[in-house]
Amino acid sequence: MSKEVPTNTTTAWAASYEEEPSQASVPPQANGVTALKPLGWAPVNWAKANLFNTPLNTALTVLCLAILWFTVPPMVNWLLLNAVWSGSSEACREAAGACWSIIAVKHRLIFFGTYPYEEQWRPFLACGLFVAMLGISGVRAFWRPALSVAWALVLIAMGVLMWGGILGLTYVANDRWGGLPITLMLSVFAIALAFPLSILLALGRQSSLPAIRTFCIGFIELMRGVPLVSVLFMASVMFPLFLPEGVTVDKLLRALAGLTLFTAAYLAEAVRGGLQAIPKGQYEAADALGLSYWQKTRLIVLPQALRIVIPPIVNQFISCFKDTSLVTIVGLYDLLTAATVATTDPEWRPYFAEVYVFAGMIFWLFCFSMSRYSQWLERLANRYTRR
Amino acid sequence: MKTRLSALAIAATLSVSALALSGTAQAGATFDGVKQKGYVQCGVNLGLYGFSAPDDKGKWSGLDVDVCRAVAAAMFGDAEKVKYTPLSAQQRLPALQSGEIDILARNTTRTLTRDTANGLNFAPTNYYDGQGFMVSAKLGLKSAKQLNGATVCVLPGTTTEQNVADFFRANKMTFKPVVIEKNEELHKAFFSGRCDALTSDASQLAAIRAAETPNPNDYVILPELISKEPLSPAIRQGDEEWANLVTWAFYAMVQAEEKGITSESVDSAMTSPDPDVKRLLGVTAGNGKALGVEENWAFNVIKQVGNYGQSYERNVGTGSKLKMPRGQNALYTEGGMMYAPPLK
Repeated sequence: MSKEVPTNTTTAWAASYEEEPSQASVPPQANGVTALKPLGWAPVNWAKANLFNTPLNTALTVLCLAILWFTVPPMVNWLLLNAVWSGSSEACREAAGACWSIIAVKHRLIFFGTYPYEEQWRPFLACGLFVAMLGISGVRAFWRPALSVAWALVLIAMGVLMWGGILGLTYVANDRWGGLPITLMLSVFAIALAFPLSILLALGRQSSLPAIRTFCIGFIELMRGVPLVSVLFMASVMFPLFLPEGVTVDKLLRALAGLTLFTAAYLAEAVRGGLQAIPKGQYEAADALGLSYWQKTRLIVLPQALRIVIPPIVNQFISCFKDTSLVTIVGLYDLLTAATVATTDPEWRPYFAEVYVFAGMIFWLFCFSMSRYSQWLERLANRYTRR
Repeated sequence: MKTRLSALAIAATLSVSALALSGTAQAGATFDGVKQKGYVQCGVNLGLYGFSAPDDKGKWSGLDVDVCRAVAAAMFGDAEKVKYTPLSAQQRLPALQSGEIDILARNTTRTLTRDTANGLNFAPTNYYDGQGFMVSAKLGLKSAKQLNGATVCVLPGTTTEQNVADFFRANKMTFKPVVIEKNEELHKAFFSGRCDALTSDASQLAAIRAAETPNPNDYVILPELISKEPLSPAIRQGDEEWANLVTWAFYAMVQAEEKGITSESVDSAMTSPDPDVKRLLGVTAGNGKALGVEENWAFNVIKQVGNYGQSYERNVGTGSKLKMPRGQNALYTEGGMMYAPPLK
């Protein structure tokens, strides 16, 4: 893919990669130098030109190699070579490496929390459907009206699977949901609801109507001025105190509302950055064409603005995904809470690190996919703007 | 600036008065509310093994969970009619005050302030705990009074931290606290020798010693308990009927142990000639009517949940991974403090 793009973009790409710490010792002019010296064995030449070309770089290279030498082998030993993969906790006590048997024993608690054991194929299937749908929605060939119909069907199927109560499935109230389904649903729904809300907030913040502008500024600044934990705490603990007797709002819904509003405020600021980055001439040209406000926004402003802000938006999405782990403060059983609970079993308590590594890998998998997808999306969106 | 401050003050006053209002609005409604909705909403710990935690199959179990199950058995004749609300430490009291839960069975220490200013009532203590010290056996210590100048590993923000400070001050000793937020890291710090002593509730120390040390005999728990931690289920103030049911559902379990009635033997105990047993199991009517439930309420509790001793051994005692001795939690006839008033 990167071979097809013009040279000026390649340099830009290279520049962004050079900021990564693992390549810190590579000087910026590296690419040009290698191209000019075809003599000798290529890797040696490359190393001479890039890693050992000055005394400082030589020292840095040696230092990096030393750090790698002291950290990587023990880590590989712990993670893989000396690890125990199955069996009892007694076997783990004698081993020097990681005890992955805790994952073998506890994985269903970690993934599905307190969902009834015999019925756990239901959240498994629901998560599978959900992730598959998310994957499909990312592929350009599927961007057509039928996709929204498919989404509606999948959401209904998920609801049926998770709640049950019909089609011979036993009813499972959502206070028993837990683990991965909670994390996935909270984050995806929060993102999906926050995104349109944030566009409205960003537009409202730029509005010429004082009431709307004041409201939007007030909302954004209030949400940004408060930690997410306190927003969640307000939504879950304080909010019910103000409700009349007998009226309760579902705990999951309250946390979702808190998370959505919080994410929307941050996203709105990212979107506003995009709105302000568009040259004034674009607005004026749209006005000159006689477009109405909504036509102008929909056809001229937003397509350009949103393209600019893909990186900060995805950044916010990733942050929202990880923020869902804070719902433990309001007693929801998300993936990380379930993982923590799995470590409270006295028999397995010494092996908490393994559980957190495992949970970390799951989070990383989702976040990394999001960030790779955003890079692809960025290239797609910028394809038509290259000159 | 001034107007903004006064607006804040008004908002604060409003929210405080709303809080007070909602507190009184719930009065007397819990018993009927629970009966009407058909289940007990039970506030539990997110996961404290032996007290309230989901097992590998996601099913809640524990000593605290058994209190909720006993109440459900007494009220509905079905111990499974319980819904669980996992609560963090910060959340537990507001959740009870706002009416989100009906019982708080979440290893909560009964204190005067909680009983009064926080608007709670407490059912009888279902586990007597106390804070102790664990040290390495190599130090050869015999008493916590020998800990002068020691570094002590302690969890922050709980009464635990305060108790240590009080203990050392009262005995004119000094100590260096090593404060670590997470339990696992706290234990690790102790086992790696960063501190001389680890302090926590004695039940926790026993569990840590049993599970996390390569050889439990390398560590000793010092005999002094420096605090009283009577862990008790809590309910909202203002509904005496509900408080009665929770209280006596627990006492029925203790009484059953005293009379030697277990979940297995309860069927045959129905024909027992002992008048106390007859009253307990509802063969002689009266108790059920007084509590506003079926006469066989205690039978259901014992049949489905077991007596207190069974619950103890299953969750924290010899039948569990914690293997904690009965200690203070034995029946009064065996030197402990578990004592049920007459059920008549």
